[in-house]
Amino acid sequence: MYLLIKNGRVVDPSSGTDETLDVLIKDGRVEAVDKKLEAKGAEVLDATGLIVAPGFMDMHVHLREPGYERKETIATGLAAALAGGFTGVCCMPNTDPVNDSASVTRFILDRARAVSPVRVYPIGAITKESKGEELAPYAELREAGVRALSDDGKPVVKASVMRRAMEYAGSLGLLVIDHCEDPDLAGEGSMHEGTVSVRLGLKGIPAEAEVIPIRRDISLARLTGQRVHIAHVSTRLGVEAIRAAKKKRLPVTAEATPHHFTLTDEAVLGFDTNAKMNPPLRGKDDVDAVIEGLADGTLDAIVTDHAPHAYEEKMVEFDRAPNGIIGLQTAVPLALDRLVKTDRISLKRMVDAFSCAPARLLGLTDKGKIAPGVEADLTLFSLRKETRLKAEDIKSLSKNTPFLGMKLKGAVVAVVIAGRVYPAR
Amino acid sequence: MNWRHKHLLGIEGLAPEEITLVLDTADKMAEVATRPVKKVPALRAKLVVNLFFENSTRTRSSFEIAEKRLSADTLNFSASTSSVSKGESLVDTILNIERMMPDCYVMRHPSPGAGQLISGFTKASIVNAGDGAHEHPTQALLDAMTIRQRKGGFKGLKVLIAGDIAHSRVVRSNIHLLNTMGAKVTVCGPATLLPPHIESLGVTASTEFEEAIKGKDVVMMLRIQLERQKRGLFPSLMEYYQRYGLTEERLKLAAKDVIVMHPGPMNRGVEIASEVADGPYSVILDQVENGVSVRMAVLYLLLGGGEDVSAH
Amino acid sequence: MKRKTILDAAGIQRTLGRLALELAERLQGCEGVVLIGIHRRGVPLARRIADKLSEVEKVQVPVGSLDINLYRDDFSSAGTAPVLRGTQVDFDIEGRTVVLVDDVLFTGRTIRAALDALVDLGRPARVQLAVLVDRGHRELPVQADYVGLSLNTRREDHVELHLTEFDGEDALLLETQITAKEGRP
Repeated sequence: MYLLIKNGRVVDPSSGTDETLDVLIKDGRVEAVDKKLEAKGAEVLDATGLIVAPGFMDMHVHLREPGYERKETIATGLAAALAGGFTGVCCMPNTDPVNDSASVTRFILDRARAVSPVRVYPIGAITKESKGEELAPYAELREAGVRALSDDGKPVVKASVMRRAMEYAGSLGLLVIDHCEDPDLAGEGSMHEGTVSVRLGLKGIPAEAEVIPIRRDISLARLTGQRVHIAHVSTRLGVEAIRAAKKKRLPVTAEATPHHFTLTDEAVLGFDTNAKMNPPLRGKDDVDAVIEGLADGTLDAIVTDHAPHAYEEKMVEFDRAPNGIIGLQTAVPLALDRLVKTDRISLKRMVDAFSCAPARLLGLTDKGKIAPGVEADLTLFSLRKETRLKAEDIKSLSKNTPFLGMKLKGAVVAVVIAGRVYPAR
Repeated sequence: MNWRHKHLLGIEGLAPEEITLVLDTADKMAEVATRPVKKVPALRAKLVVNLFFENSTRTRSSFEIAEKRLSADTLNFSASTSSVSKGESLVDTILNIERMMPDCYVMRHPSPGAGQLISGFTKASIVNAGDGAHEHPTQALLDAMTIRQRKGGFKGLKVLIAGDIAHSRVVRSNIHLLNTMGAKVTVCGPATLLPPHIESLGVTASTEFEEAIKGKDVVMMLRIQLERQKRGLFPSLMEYYQRYGLTEERLKLAAKDVIVMHPGPMNRGVEIASEVADGPYSVILDQVENGVSVRMAVLYLLLGGGEDVSAH
Repeated sequence: MKRKTILDAAGIQRTLGRLALELAERLQGCEGVVLIGIHRRGVPLARRIADKLSEVEKVQVPVGSLDINLYRDDFSSAGTAPVLRGTQVDFDIEGRTVVLVDDVLFTGRTIRAALDALVDLGRPARVQLAVLVDRGHRELPVQADYVGLSLNTRREDHVELHLTEFDGEDALLLETQITAKEGRP
């Protein structure tokens, strides 16, 4: 079984490749990447005018199953991932039950394999039931397939617990991902503390509620010598703290979401609950800092923080609404339109942030690259084609997005997983 | 100048002429209260639903009197006695009442933007009677009516609003209104009750009451809620009174013809001394009276549409 | 649209003079009489009639103004709420003879509303109505006691009174719709 992808612009930051090449795939693995490849009887995919990149991986997704199937199921979440150009996703453990055991991890993996070609890498909980007290059984989780740990949705409040988590996880080669928020300082805030919150009379969450735990985690990385990955960085203060830590060669990495490089707190002005997230949408300067952080690699990966919520959950008073938006089907077009088209980051860096960086962080050595012998997971996209997401195009069970109807330059055309082509629809 | 808004959700965004129209209309409404028959048929057969998700005897009574003076039918709906206590969502509550064909909702709700939320689910007009710490437009309008009665206008007027600025909807509506009408607003309170970025609304902020009150034409005191002290926002009610209480002594620092206002309910001996509250500069009870006129005006402007028959 | 001047400034002056004389004659010295003009144009007309009465009869008749917008019967949600002019009646109408003054008597609905507004102010001994123009087409059983001018109109015509107080001139105008036959040769 041969698949030949012809005349695509192959962009693979892992090898520094950026030229028009053919990719030959045999039995689900890359056979050759070169000019003018031929293969008798091969299925040919004409990729003229398209970018061919190593498969994109979203390392921060909430699939909601088990427990919250009103919001999303593994099947619908992965359908959204596939339509959005992702060949792999990491799902956060804040399900019901929390993914703090091998049985939940296996359930997710079994279910995912049954319903979708998209590769799923479950993230285990840092603490049992994500309560911030006792460590989850990391070795058991690793055995079941877990590569990273997080209590996402909640911070690990106690520094002692975080220290032990980093020490123990580090010894097992697991990445610890922290949702950095000082819950006491954030209080009952439902949006960014700034000129908009004061106008709307909504309680604010100051940028410091993010940077204080980021600084703590950086200190713990120094103390333990182990890695820590900062989830969804939203503030200039946060970006600068991480940049300084990286300069000192501390093992700190980070990620940012499309909504944090696209929208400001002004999106809250009409009290649209689809503008309510945690961390909240910040000010213009923070948005610029996030983009600068992505450009210079301070923020390693772009992740969606895809957070589905049912219609009735979001159709409530702003301060009572749950946090988060869906993002799988808009992430790539938003990055192309807001970052690449505007020259704020290079195409190469964008591909790196979606593909190579997540693979590196999770230790997936045969992912995030297009090289002979690796599994053929690819994302094909166009810089010229437009994306305009309509409600009926949403594959997710929930429709909570502020990006509906937005015209974006750039579109996912197809993904290839293990040599099979899945056109984006 | 005619009224062109379907709802009154806030003062922000109203033009000076629109504010003046409400105040002019309220002045006319005040006359109704002086008649032997204090009732006009203007809103006969209109159904006004008073939806109060927070306790408020004062605002609610004021609206009810306004509705009755305009001959509207009223339905009182309070959260504690309704399906809301059984977990019904706000939107579902509205969808249900909607089938009773109301013409207007007067809503008090603890969440900012609650009015904006329900506006997508009703054909009726909405009057925001206070949404969290966001806006309380009729309060600002009745304050403005009172100021205009005493001062003749707003241009260049120096206004001090003092107290719990952070949690006050009254303050936001008043800032928008007074700025729109050309007054200069200073807000004052302990640093913990002055929200960060408050200056972005176009006011001067100060923590020093005796500095802030100097030369002011209007001094508006806000209610201090006891639970703020319990949450550690200031050390004690006594210390609050010592630093921010409006005493006769401090009032002397204001302009000679200063007026003292308070949206009520007052805490005597916390934010205001009794001698000041009951003293010659106080217009606090005028505010209460004007509340009815302003609410009549707002309801009339929102619901009193129709052909102008004054030409025949 | 055709526009015709029915009365010029002098004509209005004369008509008001006649109205005042008629009032004085029928009300015999104007003892206990008050004039209440209906907003907007009835108000200056009431004042002018009062001035004439003080010239001719040497009596000062109290003048008030009545805003009937809160008493209208055309409840519809269309359009915006009419601007209130305010009711100002600074005297007691209890037991008095109230003469309501309006510019144009048409459907009678304004007068119906005015009567409702009036009874909320007190209980007059009797109420009369003086109008500058009666243009017909009544929809309610209302008639004027004093009519300056009776005018034959079609229902769709517009009768417009201009007064110096509002319009910079005194004139009574009749606007007729030009029918298709007349308008298009």
